[in-house]
Amino acid sequence: MRKDPAVARYIMVVDLRRCIGCQTCTAACKQANGTPPGVQWRRVVDIETGTYPDVRRSFVPVSCMHCGDPPCMDVCPTRATFKRDDGLVGIDYELCIGCAYCAVACPYQQRFKVQRATFAYGGGPSPAEAAQFDPARLGVSTKCNFCSDRIDAARGTGRTPGIDPEVTPACVNSCISGALHFGDRDDPQSNVSQLLRENEFFRMHEELGTDPGTYYLVEGRP
Amino acid sequence: MSASMPGSVAPRRQGFWDWRAACNFIFGGAGAGTLVYAAVMSPPSAGPGLLGLALVCCGLLCVWFEIGRPWRALNVFRHARSSWMTREAIVSLPLLGVGLGAAWYGSRWLPWLTAALALAYVYSQARMLQGARGIPAWRHPRVVPLLIATGLAEGAGLGIVAQLLLDPATLPGWAALLLVGLMLIRELAFVAYLGSLGPAEAPTRARAVLVRFGRRLVGLDVAAIIAAAFGTIEPGQAWAVGLAGLVAAFAGGWFKFTLVTRAAYHQGLALSLTPVRGFGTTRPGARPGW
Repeated sequence: MRKDPAVARYIMVVDLRRCIGCQTCTAACKQANGTPPGVQWRRVVDIETGTYPDVRRSFVPVSCMHCGDPPCMDVCPTRATFKRDDGLVGIDYELCIGCAYCAVACPYQQRFKVQRATFAYGGGPSPAEAAQFDPARLGVSTKCNFCSDRIDAARGTGRTPGIDPEVTPACVNSCISGALHFGDRDDPQSNVSQLLRENEFFRMHEELGTDPGTYYLVEGRP
Repeated sequence: MSASMPGSVAPRRQGFWDWRAACNFIFGGAGAGTLVYAAVMSPPSAGPGLLGLALVCCGLLCVWFEIGRPWRALNVFRHARSSWMTREAIVSLPLLGVGLGAAWYGSRWLPWLTAALALAYVYSQARMLQGARGIPAWRHPRVVPLLIATGLAEGAGLGIVAQLLLDPATLPGWAALLLVGLMLIRELAFVAYLGSLGPAEAPTRARAVLVRFGRRLVGLDVAAIIAAAFGTIEPGQAWAVGLAGLVAAFAGGWFKFTLVTRAAYHQGLALSLTPVRGFGTTRPGARPGW
């Protein structure tokens, strides 16, 4: 039986063993959300560890962690930042005053603010940019919303976010190596619950008490 | 294990709060301190009080210029439950109202009420900075007493200057002693803050900025103390006490500017464990820039 999206706790599971750093998720996010140049709600960072010749390279996709205890929400003076029952952290652009307090409170540097409209190819927008341009996003804080419009579209349709592509975040759909997974942590039968049971994982900066909603898989459980 | 930092993995300096936000802390803290100083004066002196209110207003004006949607500024009052920015805004209203009343009526107790509100204001500012969990140099609990101490020292310094300019006869002999005491408390608070900001608490570059600034702060405080001592001991040299006040205020402002704009490195990204890639096992993680 499928759960009502309203009572889910949606999380992202990133299999670091699989990510190859191709940035397809980055491009898919930009395409889906129409973010301006310099703003990447999702990106893949490249971390090199070790000392030559014993080095290891890790590709780490990062975006808003949709924390269970989001520091950005606590500090927001306007209540523009909110957390939904399903764990998604969103921003009401009509309430936000653009003080950027959330941006300095986020330990993951996943808040963005642009004051003026900028476009990829100089002065004017391309047709695609013009179609996606949203003046409400100027002068306010923005960030990844786990493609919440897609998640909401699952409500009452019987489709499952993380399984059915049309109700799954664009980055997850685009991942060519199967490194990104999305689903309901509170459903023991979900794809993500199964991955967490079967693999060793960590959550970034968990020690800061943010209860991040992104899990990084590092090794299979023996 | 070492870690290189291609791209922007290591802590970067935040660029969201620039000099305008820093000025809110600089003027707001100094203004609140000046209002406390004005209350301590007996009989109350209107000059420092009005200066303090003007500084608080300047700070709020600066932050108004900082925000992306200034015409929605009144939304700042919507989240008193957990946002120290909202609380700062709320406290500013009675602070300005009562402070103006104190200056207008020349009452003996209104300055004390203003001082209490000013302390609440500077406390809110300090907690606001501490609430920014993404900036390690800000979130340390010792930042709170440090910001309060520096606000009081700046306020005493500016209050003395205002009195010297407006009505030198009202400047009591112990004002210089008060200033020196507050500067010493600030210095102790800074040393305690810096001492507790170990490698686990803040990125390397943030600590380097603060250590460098610490030397300058000591130099400025020593210069101010010498000037205050000279002005107190030598008859007719009260200007030296005023100079000490200016230096104390400048040092505090410089510190807050440094803390808000220069030492404000983000948490950065980190791996708790390095993943298996192809073969082998997990390895210890990496925290570049720490």
